[in-house]
Amino acid sequence: MTQHESTYRPTTRAGQWLDERLPAARLMHSSFVDYPTPRNLNYLWTFGGILSFCLGVQIVTGIVLAMHYVPSDKMAFDSIEHIRRNVNFGWLIRNVHAVGASMFFIAVYIHIARGLYYGSYKAPREVLWILGVIIYLLMMAAGFMGYTLPWGQMSFWGVTVITNLFSAIPFVGQSIVKWLWGGYAVSGVTLNRFFSLHYLLPFVIAGVVVLHIWALHVVGQNNPTGIEIKTRADTVPMTPYATMKDFVGLSVFILFFSWFVFFAPDYLGHADNYIEANPLSTPPHIVPEWYYLPFYAILRAIPSKLGGVVAMFSAILILAFVPWLDTSRVKSTKYRPVYRYFFWFFIFSVLALGYLGGKPPEGAYVYWARFFTAYYFLHFLVVMPIVGVLETPRPMPRSISEAVLGGAGGTPHGATAAPERR
Amino acid sequence: MRGNFKSTSTLVARTKGLMGGALALALGATAAFAAGEAAHIDRQSWSFAGVNGRFDRAQLQRGFQVYKEVCATCHGLKRINFRNLAEPGGPEFSAEGVKGLAESYRVEDGPNDQGKMFQRAGRPSDPIPSPYKNEQEARAVQNGAYPPDLSLITKARSAGENASVFATIGSMLRDIPSGYQEGGADYVYALLTGYANPPADMKLAQGMNYNQAFPGHQIAMVPPLQPGQIKYEDGSQGTVEQYAKDVTAFLAWAGDPKLEERKRMGVLVILYLLITAVLVYFAKRRLWAKVH
Ligand code: HEC
Ligand code: HEM
Repeated sequence: MTQHESTYRPTTRAGQWLDERLPAARLMHSSFVDYPTPRNLNYLWTFGGILSFCLGVQIVTGIVLAMHYVPSDKMAFDSIEHIRRNVNFGWLIRNVHAVGASMFFIAVYIHIARGLYYGSYKAPREVLWILGVIIYLLMMAAGFMGYTLPWGQMSFWGVTVITNLFSAIPFVGQSIVKWLWGGYAVSGVTLNRFFSLHYLLPFVIAGVVVLHIWALHVVGQNNPTGIEIKTRADTVPMTPYATMKDFVGLSVFILFFSWFVFFAPDYLGHADNYIEANPLSTPPHIVPEWYYLPFYAILRAIPSKLGGVVAMFSAILILAFVPWLDTSRVKSTKYRPVYRYFFWFFIFSVLALGYLGGKPPEGAYVYWARFFTAYYFLHFLVVMPIVGVLETPRPMPRSISEAVLGGAGGTPHGATAAPERR
Repeated sequence: MRGNFKSTSTLVARTKGLMGGALALALGATAAFAAGEAAHIDRQSWSFAGVNGRFDRAQLQRGFQVYKEVCATCHGLKRINFRNLAEPGGPEFSAEGVKGLAESYRVEDGPNDQGKMFQRAGRPSDPIPSPYKNEQEARAVQNGAYPPDLSLITKARSAGENASVFATIGSMLRDIPSGYQEGGADYVYALLTGYANPPADMKLAQGMNYNQAFPGHQIAMVPPLQPGQIKYEDGSQGTVEQYAKDVTAFLAWAGDPKLEERKRMGVLVILYLLITAVLVYFAKRRLWAKVH
């Protein structure tokens, strides 16, 4: 379906001339203008565009910050204060970048949850999905290294705790940790390399996003019914229709984003990070940024260090196997009367793990963290394969246009029946 | 950060201590550090809170007076330059006054042509000099305790043990829409007004004072404020509460000197975006009306 006819017609002589030599404009046109999108996409489908916006914002604000930031253990904290106080609009740029990281993660979590609910990972979108998981992993790495840069107490102790996890690896663990640190402890050397990598990673992400969107445009977008596009009647051209909807979603998102930037810039951070890093004094309570908390809870739920580390990384990597773990015949959870309850309980478990990740690992918190960790894995390893086989999906519309326009949507003659009737 | 780490250890001891600490921390040992249950901190009403918050100039000026006459004996304010005191959005002292104030300090400069450091009168562009040259000197004078620099104190503290972990949906729904950012100020106010007699069953360590707001309740700082200690020129009351309120507001400004600029711009940005979002939404509806 993506081999659609290009409607690109260069209007100027220069445009024509270039089109015959390097059809870059045609590529853009067929990717973002006449590209057919399902006509029934809801606002959850605006988050892909929102994520692209977030990446752009982080790159632009990050480059400006890097002009004033000094990546050394003696100067880093002071240089951030210099940016907040003396650089023109430095406070604004810094707030946008710091809040922007959280917004990026809010958007990516919604984006991933959308994919899980509507079965967007199922064939033929497995590669698209796996590229997404890679982006997510890279985002986690970029966010983690970025949080070190202000060189506050939480930066320092967060890095210390997280890099130390690698020491759980048998035999080579200690060497790996020393190699990561560039010495025998987290120091200015560590800060310097993290800055280098933090600058690099967003561009790697940008590269993978290009692949991600390429893969998307080969297989086409999924949609709330999970039924593939069959005729042109099922689609509208991306521009102006989908783009306009994207702008609505983006406007609301920027509004939310700005609220934090201007009125609650520190709400998502931690007060201890306004204290300069001090290797000699440990903060009473070390917590990572909120977006890592579910995984932090999983890490601490397992009573063995190595086990915890393995569980934590598996919790992310397991996402890559979802296309094969889910055995359901239909994509969209909308038509899955049983699975939907499990889905929402899964979402609840992740939120609960996030809550528990911020609590000290004592008493009842530990037991609940174990309970929800267990469900987290059971959901993928047991619920997805089994429910998919046992469940009878609800009756589905024959096509996207039938779902949108009711019976009048005209299923074309001879179109294949919806999957549950096969 | 609040611990009283008294030894000035050698590099070896540092490295060892760090490795040990780091390893101990690697897995959930954090609980051990969550000592001292957090006290309840009351919320105060601050003129600079909320969407339209602005500093009260007179209050900032009084607050600076308290800082200068009391706290400056022990605490630095190194991130504030004298000139900041005259800038818009702050106490807005007159430029003349600030120049005079700066000149009343002696600061070290140099090296000069002979390679020597020398003393000169302060200038508006100088940072406010700290009472001690470094942490070691401060600890030596203060019986091993360290009075932290106050430039960021209201940012570096919060009300409640870990406000960044937004414990409940209820508190998020209350604090995000209202833009609650004053936890640090609430804490500093509670600390300054929180001195009391210790409970009968509590034994204070040598040189420690009982304070309701301080985590663990034992603080090395002697109660800094006494009623009537400072003479306000504008006739404001000379109570501990008033002093504490004023100096806390001043410190909140010192930690966030661009607060007013931020909120003023924020209101415009939000209004602009609201209008844009509504317009875009209706444009989208009109466009899609054709295909539905
Ligand atoms: C006589 C010296 C002295 C004076 C005067 C003084 N302080 Fe302190 N202050 C200290 C010391 C010492 C500490 C460290 C306490 C500790 O860690 O136990 C401290 C700590 C603090 C803290 C940090 C508490 C925490 O949560 O870690 C704040 C805030 C503070 N002082 C504010 C003030 C203010 C405001 C004033 C002026 C009204 C003031 N201090 C005057 C000595 C002083
Ligand atoms: C930097 C981060 C990311 C960016 C910029 C990004 C960008 C996009 C864009 C522009 C789209 C198309 C619009 C849409 O359908 O929403 C899209 C679709 C998609 N993304 Fe992402 N993405 C990111 C991360 C992720 C992650 C982490 C995952 C999953 C683990 C993921 C999974 C998907 C899937 C499955 C689709 C197809 C959606 C569908 O049509 O149903 N993406 N992405």
